[in-house]
Amino acid sequence: MGWIVLLAAAGLFVIVLLWFVAMYNTLVRQRVDCDNGWSQIDVQLKRRYDLIPNLVETVKGYAAHEKGTLEAVIQARQQAVSIASDGAHAAEKALAENTITQALGRLFALSEAYPQLKADANFRQLQEELASTENKVGFARQHYNDCVGRYETSRQTFPTNIVAGAFSFQQREYFRVEASAEREAPKVSFSN
Amino acid sequence: MSETGQTPRSPTPPPARRSALDRAAAGATATDRAVREGIKAYPGTITYIDLIRKNKRDSAMLILLMLLLGAAVGAAIAAALALYATGDGASLLPSIAVGAAAALIFGAFGVLWSWFGGANAILRMSGAIPVGPQDDPELYNVVDEMRIAAGIPMPKVYIINDSALNAFATGRDPEHGVVAITRGLREKLPRDELQAVIAHEIAHIRHLDIRFAMLMATMVGLIVFACDAFLRVAFRGGTHGARRSSGGKGGGAGVLVLLVIALVLAVVAPLFARIIQMAYSRQREYLADAGAVELTRNPEAMANALRRLGDDEEPLVDTANRGTAHMYIVNPLRKVRKAHGEVETLFCSHPAISKRIARLLALLR
Repeated sequence: MGWIVLLAAAGLFVIVLLWFVAMYNTLVRQRVDCDNGWSQIDVQLKRRYDLIPNLVETVKGYAAHEKGTLEAVIQARQQAVSIASDGAHAAEKALAENTITQALGRLFALSEAYPQLKADANFRQLQEELASTENKVGFARQHYNDCVGRYETSRQTFPTNIVAGAFSFQQREYFRVEASAEREAPKVSFSN
Repeated sequence: MSETGQTPRSPTPPPARRSALDRAAAGATATDRAVREGIKAYPGTITYIDLIRKNKRDSAMLILLMLLLGAAVGAAIAAALALYATGDGASLLPSIAVGAAAALIFGAFGVLWSWFGGANAILRMSGAIPVGPQDDPELYNVVDEMRIAAGIPMPKVYIINDSALNAFATGRDPEHGVVAITRGLREKLPRDELQAVIAHEIAHIRHLDIRFAMLMATMVGLIVFACDAFLRVAFRGGTHGARRSSGGKGGGAGVLVLLVIALVLAVVAPLFARIIQMAYSRQREYLADAGAVELTRNPEAMANALRRLGDDEEPLVDTANRGTAHMYIVNPLRKVRKAHGEVETLFCSHPAISKRIARLLALLR
């Protein structure tokens, strides 16, 4: 009789242990996903930093006197690069990147007034590359935020929060972009 | 202008790109009305996460059913063969076990083949050619954007030289993923719809549908093959076996019943296998539509793209067949296309276009 009780207790212990291991591994996997997602954003941001000087040079060839706009782009880039190398938090980074996006937007708006610039093959290629890189930054951010969402849900909900607390899984920050309501599906109603 | 009696018009009206949503609201065609009715079937609070969860559950059920069916076929064939050989039920149980084991071993070989050679075989069959970032930067960028959103490695990109509108994905895992689209699709779709189609294919890769689809096709092929072989043997050797059992100790009614069951199973199993495969295939399409929206956050572009692909009546005659039809984003075969993908039977590889659009547009409310 005593044997059976002992065996049942041991079995129960093993089951609980395996359950904890599974929860721990889930948390680790989700944290790794977050870190991978974060480095993916960095890859795309780096690509954008590399493209911007080329773009500025090309635009200068046709619209050198638009100094203010050009300098705003260069400055925004430099600021973002220095923040990136400081290893800053998601919030500051998002702000710097947002500034670049706005400055680039003004630059592309300005290019509308220069037909020769718009016809330049090099400019057009850079425009496609930068527009796509912009999208990639957005999608990398979306992926990172999805990962953080899953990780934070596990970290904060019962019973995984016990494991997360015991092994001090740190909080991960969302990469938020405040200025835009982009990527939000339009609200449409079917009233008829 | 208006003094001359002419109605004032805006100088250049924007090109009429009617969205699937507007068309459903207007309800001019049967498809549009089906979409409008279909939307009402979904609760207002549905999200793509709910869709994915439901699809995963259904898919797991179907795989389980398929395994049971395969084992049953193996066991039944072995049992029947044992009855032929001995004429009585003495060695029935061991032969059932042997049959099930043999079915599993054959299945394992089939799985290994499709695992390592399946993707290449499919690409060869469809006549797809690889494209690099230099050949088509925009297409390459769109694929890159979507795979970043999905967090998977960059898949290889292939173009099928055909003017029909279609696409498929293959490969055994995301590291070996392949996205193939037709030239017609590349040329006719605006960027947001191209993005939606690519996202649908990336979702297939991300959900490992590509692996399941290939394994499923292999299993169905094996079941069909085994049953076919068994039926041939049964009908040729049938008279011989019957003579022997009547001349010998006599198998009795029990043996006869078992034989009949095995024969019926051999006839019905391939049909069942096909029905399960197609049900799974339809689930995968819904799942990939939902997964695509998760990546693009744009259900309307996905719905518009499906509408456009559904309206395109050109079949992929040369490159698609019944064996590969289930892999494509919309059914590439002529018979189904003619009905605008509106008929949906147990043997359809794809859900009706209107049902897919309805699920997507239900997300927009």
